[in-house]
Amino acid sequence: MATVQDRTGRTLGQPVPARAAQIPERLPPRQPWRRRALLLVLLTGCSVLFLVPFVWLISASLRPRAFVFDTTLLPVPFEPQNFITVWEAAPVLTWLMNSLVIGVMAALAVTLSSAFVAFGFAYFRFPGRNLVFGLVLATMMLPAAVTMIPNYLVWNWLGLTNTQVPLWAHNLFGSAFYIFLLRQFFLGLPRELFEAARVDGASYLELFRKIALPLTRPALIVTFVFEFRASWTDLMRPLIYLRDGALFTLPRGLKVILDQFGRGGESQWEVVLAASVIATLPMLVIFFLGQRYFVEGIATTGRKG
Amino acid sequence: MASSATGRRARASGMSRQETRWAWLFLAPWVIGFLVFTGGPMIASLVLSFTEYDVISAPKFTGLDNYRQLMSDPAVAKSLGNTVFYTALHVPLAMAVSLGLALLLQRVGRASGLFRTIFYLPVMTPAVAVGILFLFLLNGQTGLINAMLALVGVQGPNWTTDPAWIKPGIVLMSLWTLGSTTIIYLAALNNVPRELYEAARIDGASSWRQFRHITVPMISGALFFTLIVNTIASLQLFAEVYTMYFGNRATQESTTDAALFYVVYLFQQAFQFLHMGFASAMAWLLFLIILAITVLQVRVGNRFVYYEGD
Repeated sequence: MATVQDRTGRTLGQPVPARAAQIPERLPPRQPWRRRALLLVLLTGCSVLFLVPFVWLISASLRPRAFVFDTTLLPVPFEPQNFITVWEAAPVLTWLMNSLVIGVMAALAVTLSSAFVAFGFAYFRFPGRNLVFGLVLATMMLPAAVTMIPNYLVWNWLGLTNTQVPLWAHNLFGSAFYIFLLRQFFLGLPRELFEAARVDGASYLELFRKIALPLTRPALIVTFVFEFRASWTDLMRPLIYLRDGALFTLPRGLKVILDQFGRGGESQWEVVLAASVIATLPMLVIFFLGQRYFVEGIATTGRKG
Repeated sequence: MASSATGRRARASGMSRQETRWAWLFLAPWVIGFLVFTGGPMIASLVLSFTEYDVISAPKFTGLDNYRQLMSDPAVAKSLGNTVFYTALHVPLAMAVSLGLALLLQRVGRASGLFRTIFYLPVMTPAVAVGILFLFLLNGQTGLINAMLALVGVQGPNWTTDPAWIKPGIVLMSLWTLGSTTIIYLAALNNVPRELYEAARIDGASSWRQFRHITVPMISGALFFTLIVNTIASLQLFAEVYTMYFGNRATQESTTDAALFYVVYLFQQAFQFLHMGFASAMAWLLFLIILAITVLQVRVGNRFVYYEGD
């Protein structure tokens, strides 16, 4: 529902000065320090549980083979050679670059196409709009497993299996979740902006490119990082579409390393762990750089339910 | 908004046809994508489910054979049972733990940023890496989890080899990656008007009653959303389990079918044995199950969910 808001985002029609005076009282009452300390202890305890797997993974990847299974959290004895071993044993750099390129392609494609479609839903009023939008939302509930086989057959028919195209090209057609997300943001822009530009003779494409896109940059970044993460962590598509080892993404390659080096006979578990660290770290770095966008994105999508 | 509405109506008659054409142009990518990658495939997969098809030779119509096999194949029943068992454990546990964490985060206020980041970190980890990591952590003899249990005097089970403990182990692993749900709850909690709690406190309501009668109804939209989304995702669990227990022949043979999840079996049938027809029938069965569960959840949920404003 569109509520009328003033420039600062306050809902109009309420006694503004009275509310402003109330603000100090609306803050949560200062908690007694004992309770606050207890909260912090609890949260710290939970955080430790969440962090321990990472710490163990990194330290185990830095230990020699005989010490990989130790339950210590320290990399003792220290063996950084593992990372060189894995580098030499498998085309890790190729896989890393593949994951990066596919991730960027997938994220870029879905961001632009979803924004394009979302603008259509947000700006225009036309017969059947709500029906089509309902259909978009319905596809969000559709299990991917159902379309998995026919999608493979489509790419197979086009002769594009065992290429990286099926890993991102479907994103050129928008994705329901992001269309929904971006539509919300476009609806939040004041319509007067578009009306004024129309009067000045701007085309619809210009409205989209010169007004809608620049003003919703945070939402576009949210879309990009979400899809990049989805692409980076995916295993199913690379398993289905890629045969040739040189085309593998990092998770797909990691699975090969697990099956060949870990369980395949020689039990070179230190190589498996070093490869796991290589597959995990880049995403953690990206997360730290862009965490504001991740958190905002999830919060926005979940808020309305 | 009210002032611009009348202006638009006056304009609508002359502009509407051109505007409608432009609207569909903007929608075109999605419409094409829907036809090629969603709508069309749904129909194709339904048709395929009545055939025998190995991709190489043309599909052969076999009537209801695949559906008959669906009923008689013990692996289908087993994998469906495993999947439902996991979902029934994972979804309520993940929701409860996420809500607990979100309540802690909300209460601590400004310092929550760092903790929130930490809870979300595992979501960033590729599913394959999560699977590998927990293969180590859950190891019955040398794993960190049993080492921690030993500290409190509990003798942990063989999570990765004992058929009775494989699925609980997978549930444990799944609880590591619940950061998204936690953040959704935190956002919902922060949206609950403070005044409600103040009024309840003046009326002398206990914190449990405040939680039960204010917090839960006010965030019921978020609870409902995560219930549906997490259920659909759980029923399709694949990557972590496939990494841990399937892949090359050696691992596949050593694993009992305690880890055979529905989509894992579907994937094997389709892409390892090239039984595309049978796998399509499996996909449709899964679709109908998910549809039925979602409809049921929406029906029941609508009675309990409180929608603010709209």
